[in-house]
Amino acid sequence: MIRIPCPNCGPRNSSEFSYFGELGSRPAPDAVDPAHWRHYLYDKKNPAGWTTEKWYHASGCRKFFAIERNTLTNDVKSGRPFGVESSSEESS
Amino acid sequence: MWRNFELEKSYDVVIIGAGVHGLATAYYLAANHGISKVAVVDKGYVGGGGSGRNTAILRSNYLTPEGVRFYDRSVQLYRTLAADLNFNVMFAPRGHLTLAHNDSSLRTMRWRAEVNKLQGVDSEVITPEEIKRLVPFMDVSDDTRYPIIGALYHPPGGIIRHDAVNWGYARAGDRLGVQIHQNTEVTGIRTEKGRVSGVSTNRGEIGAPIVLNCTAGWASLVSAMAGVKLPIITHPLQAAVTEPVKMFLDAVVVSGSLHVYVSQTDRGELVFGASTDPYASYSMRGSLEFTEELASHVLELMPSIAKMRVLRQWAGLCDITPDFSPIMGITEVEGFLVDVGWGTYGFKAGPAAAEAMAELVATGRTPQLIAAFDLARFAEGRLASERGAAAVGH
Repeated sequence: MIRIPCPNCGPRNSSEFSYFGELGSRPAPDAVDPAHWRHYLYDKKNPAGWTTEKWYHASGCRKFFAIERNTLTNDVKSGRPFGVESSSEESS
Repeated sequence: MWRNFELEKSYDVVIIGAGVHGLATAYYLAANHGISKVAVVDKGYVGGGGSGRNTAILRSNYLTPEGVRFYDRSVQLYRTLAADLNFNVMFAPRGHLTLAHNDSSLRTMRWRAEVNKLQGVDSEVITPEEIKRLVPFMDVSDDTRYPIIGALYHPPGGIIRHDAVNWGYARAGDRLGVQIHQNTEVTGIRTEKGRVSGVSTNRGEIGAPIVLNCTAGWASLVSAMAGVKLPIITHPLQAAVTEPVKMFLDAVVVSGSLHVYVSQTDRGELVFGASTDPYASYSMRGSLEFTEELASHVLELMPSIAKMRVLRQWAGLCDITPDFSPIMGITEVEGFLVDVGWGTYGFKAGPAAAEAMAELVATGRTPQLIAAFDLARFAEGRLASERGAAAVGH
């Protein structure tokens, strides 16, 4: 099992976490047309190699954070917390 | 089985990926349309990707009418494939059971059964007593953690030998003049003025007015070479097989709630599959937590096989789309076609997808059978959701 370095709790088994995919920036709801929304929703890079992604420590601190992970080897670099985002805002 | 060739300077069609989709498309191009100046290139070997790593289950009991019609065509083609290719593919229509452990699954199954019947596909919801008659050692009692309250029974479903399907298409294509180039990795796709003009490989340049991407888990990387973005995320899916024992399991048994499907091969091994790994990855390493979870789920259904030993496990890569339906047809780059996004259900669709893609290449028109699965649907908001029938862990 791969170990995910939670910035709050330290390295834990990936089964404690929920995976939220590639880190993207959500467009402002009132500033974009449907095409932009669909691009944000569907078009992922899906890289073979290092990528930045969002995880949620469901069985721990219940915080979202970002990690660097290599999708070819599943090697993981240390995680970093998001600034002021809370879980309720993130999951909506 | 098939010959080796030097790369030629150009072909009428270059197909990337020597799995069931690529090989079958090459075969149908030659057999149905007389287009045989076709190269199938693969960075590995024939059937080394998902086509040789799936659990070889065939069925057509999907949820949307488009999906049902499509997979039914595939099952029809599989039924006569051994005769058509003159190669024994060992198709065994043993019947297919999808178990329901809660009211919402049962509701989806009734829905699927009615959609199936309207499309002329044999499919019916059955009771735990009827399940027990089909699979006598299944625990259908009330005192389990997830009691079985019914099942969708699909008699035409079954299993096939997936390697034989790949080899059969490769050999039959070769007989008709198709060239199969193994160990030939595409490193770039050339375009001129919005039109594809060929591919670069580790063995040299190839010119081609039509390039077809059939690379499953690697599909988004290959399409990116042509500048085409695909809404695909690659997840590994793991499977395992036990030591062989005497025949005791006839039907294919699937449980969405328990994330597991089981069948017994003609050799006697039990083949298990599960849902995809919970995070995107191109790694094909198996994991211990997969086997542990799998064992607990299988024993929930069939406690009597507790002493059986797992012989080996493996993983394949699945190209998952947002609506659990494939992407077939044209892209914004003229001449660059895709047959991708097959996720966890690509093998069973191979023949029908290939037949339709060959028709598209030959005529330049998208066949009605695959019109709903175009790439433009994501930008235009016309998703074809098969989550209820295609995603194992829904």
